[in-house]
Amino acid sequence: MKDITVAEVVAGIKSGDISCEELISGIYERIERSELNCYITLNRDKAIEEAIRVDKNREAYMDKRLLGVPIAIKDSISTAGIQTTCASKILTGYVPPYDATVIEALKREGAIIIGKTNMDEFCMGTSTETSYYGPTLNPHDHTRVPGGSSGGSAAAVSAGEALIALGSDTGGSIRCPASFCGVVGLKPTYGLVSRYGLIAYANSLEQIGPIATNVRDTALLLEVISAKDERDSTQIKIDNNSNSNYVFKTEKNGEDVRGLRIGVCREFLEGVAPEVEESVWHAIYKFEDLGASYEEISLKYLKYALAAYYIIAMSEASSNLARFDGLRYGLRLDMDADWHTTFSRIRGEGFGEEVKRRIILGTYALSVGYYGRYYLKALKIRTLIKREFEAALRAYDILAMPTMPCVAFKLGERIKDPLSLYLADVNTVPVNLAGLPSISVPCGVFNGLPIGLQLVSGQFQEDKIINAAMAYESSFKVFSS
Amino acid sequence: MKSDVKIGLECHAQLLTRSKLFCPCPTDYHNADPNTHVCPICLGLPGALPAVNAMAVRYAIKVALALGCEVQPEIIFYRKNYYYPDLPRGFQITQYDFPIAFNGMVRIESDGGEREIRIRRVHLEEDPGRLIYKGTIDTARHSLVDYNRSGIPLVEIVTEPDLRSPKEARVFLNKLRSILEYLGVFNGDLEGAMRVDANISLAGGERAEVKNISSYKGVERALSFEITRQRNLLRRNLSVKQETRHYDEVRGITISMRTKEFEEDYRYFPEPDLVPIRIAEYVPELKAEIPELPDERRKRFIIQYSITPEHATALTYDKLIADFYEAVASEIDPKLSATWIADVLKGELNYRSITMREAMDRLSPDDFVTILRHLERGVITERGATVVIREILDRGGKPEEIIKRKKLARISSAEMQQAIDAVLNDKENTGAISDYLAGKSEALNFLVGQVMKYTRGRAEPKEVRSMLENALRNASG
Ligand SMILES: [Zn+2]
Repeated sequence: MKDITVAEVVAGIKSGDISCEELISGIYERIERSELNCYITLNRDKAIEEAIRVDKNREAYMDKRLLGVPIAIKDSISTAGIQTTCASKILTGYVPPYDATVIEALKREGAIIIGKTNMDEFCMGTSTETSYYGPTLNPHDHTRVPGGSSGGSAAAVSAGEALIALGSDTGGSIRCPASFCGVVGLKPTYGLVSRYGLIAYANSLEQIGPIATNVRDTALLLEVISAKDERDSTQIKIDNNSNSNYVFKTEKNGEDVRGLRIGVCREFLEGVAPEVEESVWHAIYKFEDLGASYEEISLKYLKYALAAYYIIAMSEASSNLARFDGLRYGLRLDMDADWHTTFSRIRGEGFGEEVKRRIILGTYALSVGYYGRYYLKALKIRTLIKREFEAALRAYDILAMPTMPCVAFKLGERIKDPLSLYLADVNTVPVNLAGLPSISVPCGVFNGLPIGLQLVSGQFQEDKIINAAMAYESSFKVFSS
Repeated sequence: MKSDVKIGLECHAQLLTRSKLFCPCPTDYHNADPNTHVCPICLGLPGALPAVNAMAVRYAIKVALALGCEVQPEIIFYRKNYYYPDLPRGFQITQYDFPIAFNGMVRIESDGGEREIRIRRVHLEEDPGRLIYKGTIDTARHSLVDYNRSGIPLVEIVTEPDLRSPKEARVFLNKLRSILEYLGVFNGDLEGAMRVDANISLAGGERAEVKNISSYKGVERALSFEITRQRNLLRRNLSVKQETRHYDEVRGITISMRTKEFEEDYRYFPEPDLVPIRIAEYVPELKAEIPELPDERRKRFIIQYSITPEHATALTYDKLIADFYEAVASEIDPKLSATWIADVLKGELNYRSITMREAMDRLSPDDFVTILRHLERGVITERGATVVIREILDRGGKPEEIIKRKKLARISSAEMQQAIDAVLNDKENTGAISDYLAGKSEALNFLVGQVMKYTRGRAEPKEVRSMLENALRNASG
């Protein structure tokens, strides 16, 4: 399963060499045997039904790029008719009446939704431990976290419980679990992929993005989901998100990184575990071997990134999560009281501890008298960081750094200490503040635990990091079986 | 007149776009079943995103231009965060810094003559849903929420505290309504189409805000109540607290909701799901689309039709009436038309509490021309004309057919003479005749009335009077 690509699966189904029904049933059998807890909700009946239809009518579907491909969807993305909880008690039982734009795109291309994956509640976490549905385990070591918040999606792909997956990335939520689970994850440029249907944590930072076992599948999935959508006003309507063809672009000059200029930022290596730093340097040397060049650089505003990120994210979250009051959907309590009391009780019982913490901090940061001191200041930092990245990316084609400062940590190790968890996001959040694309690819293993290399490029230059990642990937198989 | 009262208004007017402000749902919710004009966006379902209706922005810019405001080059939407069951997202999308426009002015006719009321700002926002109580707000065990109204575009117009009396506030609102209707972006007849928050302060007191007054009449009542309340406090040397008060429409009183210390902090911040919109480029094009407004039209009417300023004001307030007038005045003497529309027709509409829009289902300008033409030619009397108008308004029909059916055609002079003879020879009237002849000229009115009665109104009173005078002069001579 792990070594088969989407293209091969689709070709097999179209030719009849692969039975879609068997493929999908096989996935569900694997999920049933699994202890990982990748999924919150399974879509078994509908998925098998769909697979049978694909097998029967495959001639009619020859144009579909993801025909019969089993995909896992993070539970923060709305799926019509399938419960969507954001891993929260407050949304338990909520079945959206509509599909997110990315889900419409997947269905158009014939993908089959296996189920909705586990995550940190409302994407608030780095370990998938804040889920109301219990933590997901790291497939490489069941005593460790898969990373987060898209931990279920990354673990499912890594463990063969889906071929590909969608995650969402607000401050590293795709790249962190991709790094910890040894798979590829990409956060697109802010404004490339429609957010319509993505349950918001921090609207101005997040994007839906692909997770796969290899770069090419990642590129293909990105291609499918980056469709133009009038319903998302923050999507930047430029031509290359109407007919972006990342796979084609990479095939054209793929695996050739000669002349590529790489910036290696010192700040991203500070506080990084030695085994991770070593592994990342090896990757950079590999790029050199392939004809690229690198230089060490410094980005002086990076040290403020984490603080700015958390202020912006929590502020937006405090407002985004106000709608969850139990009145129209989600958790209901059998009580007879005025609306004020009812809302308070439902929110008190429906939200987990980390969510409450962030709502309270965000509310504080937006309050009269603090708005200027926190929120506005954070926005200014954000602008400075953005400019600094832009300048660096004029001098260099891509930037390279460790995705995470460490390998997957133990379950329960950091969850009691929120600050240590927040610190784990130090290398991923600056990219969200700057709205840039970045990819995490496996670049090594330490004690059996994967290490991720993060590559960052300029706005809408996804092709650059995809191309570089693909070149690196084909030169260096981390998990050669 | 000097006044110690300062009133500022925040007027929220529903814009007549076809779809809502941030979603494609239809806006004609007034006769729809509850929660039928809704979608993931206006229900605030998780993940649904707003997208700005360009037509609403254009309408709001037009409003700003018509109020003489400075339209801003770029607008930004903000979130106003507060909890309420009618607010599906837990925040309202509105504007804060960077609204549509600042600094406008509206002229109103006040007791002291013409006054200028400054407009502070104009911005765009979404309407929340609507709470429906079974019974009254105090006694209902439960309330129901209808989200059909959620997301209807509102233009908010904020005045400076330039209004000096509740009456001026009402006059201002009428004028504002008139301007919005001229623009074709608003229909003041629809229930809840205009809702007002009012700030009131008296010299020596703090200012109180009265929230959510939802009728034109309510504004005057609420303000009068509030002024009396504040005056009573000041007279007793008690302080007027800065606070927010709720207007109870049924009881006609205002009730304290919260004082300054408990003012809500709305935590405004830019709506991250929307982007700033540059509007400067649309302004010239929209300026060109602004029609003639009430003030200009009034001036033109006075000059073009030589009618009195009072008639011109009465005729131009409602755009439909002004249009109606111009259609009639193109065929009939403009002064006669003005009298019959401003005085007679408007009076009949008021008496029936119907709007011109409703009246026009039955009464067309052509019908009105026919009626006035018959009047001018002496086919019917003034009274007959009034009867025809009333009949059309009440039951419909065409003027000619009504004149025939109700036998309203003016009588011949022979018939008239006969009627006069009959009245003068009637023993019942002997007293009145001798009174008149004895010099009590008011007795003639009684005799005119008797003739009118005899002819069932088909005679012209002026003519009856002069014929009676002649006949009595002959009788006495
Ligand atoms: Zn809607």
